[in-house]
Amino acid sequence: MATSYQLKRADFIFKNENDWEEILGKILKQSPQELINELISSELKGRGGAGFPTGLKWKVASETKSDKKYVICNADEGEPGTFKDREILQRVPYKVLTAMVACAHVIGAKEGFIYLRNEYWFLRDELEKVIDEFEYYCKEIKLDFSIQIFMGSGAYICGEETALFESMEGKRGEPRNKPPYPTTYGYMGKPTVINNVETLAHTYTIFKYGAKKFYDLGVQYSRGTKLFSVSGDTPKPGIYELELGMSLQDFVHEFGDGDTKAVQVGGASGFLVPRKKFADTAIGYQGKLTGISLPTGGSMMLFNSSRSMYNVLDNYLEFFREESCGQCTPCRVGCQQLLIGIKAVKRGEKPANYLDKLLRLTETMQYTAKCGLGQSVANSFSSIVENFREEMIY
Amino acid sequence: MSYQELNAATKTINLITLKKTFMSPIQTLIKDLADKHGRRRESLLPVMQGVVEQENFLSEYSMVEIAREMDLPAAEVYGTATFYSFLEVKKMGKFIIRMCKTITCAMKGKNQVLFAIQDMLKIKVGETSADGRFSLLETNCLGLCHKAPAMLINHDIYTDLTPEKVREILTEYMSK
Ligand SMILES: Cc1cc2nc3c(=O)[nH]c(=O)nc-3n(C[C@H](O)[C@H](O)[C@H](O)COP(=O)(O)O)c2cc1C
Ligand code: SF4
Repeated sequence: MATSYQLKRADFIFKNENDWEEILGKILKQSPQELINELISSELKGRGGAGFPTGLKWKVASETKSDKKYVICNADEGEPGTFKDREILQRVPYKVLTAMVACAHVIGAKEGFIYLRNEYWFLRDELEKVIDEFEYYCKEIKLDFSIQIFMGSGAYICGEETALFESMEGKRGEPRNKPPYPTTYGYMGKPTVINNVETLAHTYTIFKYGAKKFYDLGVQYSRGTKLFSVSGDTPKPGIYELELGMSLQDFVHEFGDGDTKAVQVGGASGFLVPRKKFADTAIGYQGKLTGISLPTGGSMMLFNSSRSMYNVLDNYLEFFREESCGQCTPCRVGCQQLLIGIKAVKRGEKPANYLDKLLRLTETMQYTAKCGLGQSVANSFSSIVENFREEMIY
Repeated sequence: MSYQELNAATKTINLITLKKTFMSPIQTLIKDLADKHGRRRESLLPVMQGVVEQENFLSEYSMVEIAREMDLPAAEVYGTATFYSFLEVKKMGKFIIRMCKTITCAMKGKNQVLFAIQDMLKIKVGETSADGRFSLLETNCLGLCHKAPAMLINHDIYTDLTPEKVREILTEYMSK
């Protein structure tokens, strides 16, 4: 069944509004409870990929008793095909910082960090300057809150929240078991709110224009707008803010080159959607009643018919094999075996039905891997192998 | 300040300078970094990053020194360093080229650009030029897919690369 949502462009995130002092002043006058209610009624969900309701996250952290709490902005942006967080930090950093101060006010944190991936080192000096402005502001109004940049050192897995804490604690970035969740046991074992750069930037819109404005955009279960990083075979690669809930068909109509064969939604850890399923696929969080709904951190990679899906899968698997932290066997060995396996099938050293064995392996990984990296390898693997089986063999 | 206080202060200053003259430049660097960032475990990454900024890599000697300065087992320092792809434990050149190899860059002509670099510098991926100036590495998604192919040279980004463009960029670096 075709979904009827049209592509709706929006312009909130990058709208330059030189009014952060005014907005922050307004925010700090409200009680934590009022701000939490505002976020909850906006139905904002995390834009880092997992889609956890942001208001609820802040609420739990605010209710947890502790001598120390932290606010962390996740700027590790490592998912292949995602590049929106960099643009936010470059163009409207003050929105992110306003949100961090607001969060500190809500949960009672005195320290905040921006975990910035090493690849974005060039953003650092400018960002420091904006942080200085905010720290000066906080001092003026006698709010005890400081923000520091913590540089990553080149590891995709450190974008996973618990691996990120381990990394900040000076260790190997190996994910922890969950629960406990960050809101009760985060950085240094203290309650921590960790949000994606874009999630924080959206709270600026919500606090400024009110929850209703945000809620009225998008569709049920997927409220508001989202930044999409569009790349691959498209005449207009770049970053676009769109209302959630559009059908992939409309998306391809707008961004495709007329010959789009498939779209990878959500980066290497997301799903590949072939042309015949464009019309039935909507972009948003799970829960819609019609068709398939795919969540995304915003990575949209388009492939036209000149591309070999085998090469695409090979590239993803190499990525996962290198970025697996190696802590648990299903993921460490699984990623290696999948790569060896598809190469063997391609070379004819293994029969075609070996692919089914590999599919079962990804299923095992989905159930047994410790964190989202190992669990999500199955997404791209099964969606590519099932839809483009011939390309894997011949 | 009384005469005694002044005398004591001068002595300490002399001791510090004396200690510093007997320290190797790397030891001094590590001590300064630890003074700046602290000596707790949470400071390990910033300290290691600081050494890499100066030296381009973490030698065995630096890692042992970091361990000593921060009172950590050397194996922990090594184990942590080897987890991160931007903390090299192998000697690197002055300019580290990191070419993005993830899907969009790969589709948009990364290999041609890589060949141009290899041809010009006479090194392969993973190698450092004989004069110790350039190292060539491949890396995962740089977050610049809309301007693919892309690369980093140290902290600077270069996008929309072509073989011609990369030759021009490298020519400029060669005279640096
Ligand atoms: C392998 C892996 C990598 C991740 N990388 C990132 C990342 O680069 N940036 C990010 O914001 N979230 C990333 N996440 C999600 C975080 O764990 C976490 O859910 C997120 O930062 C929460 O923020 P949000 O609720 O605002 O989305 C990653 C998760 C996994 C499993
Ligand atoms: S699933 Fe992979 S990345 Fe996650 S903990 Fe296990 S080995 Fe590490």
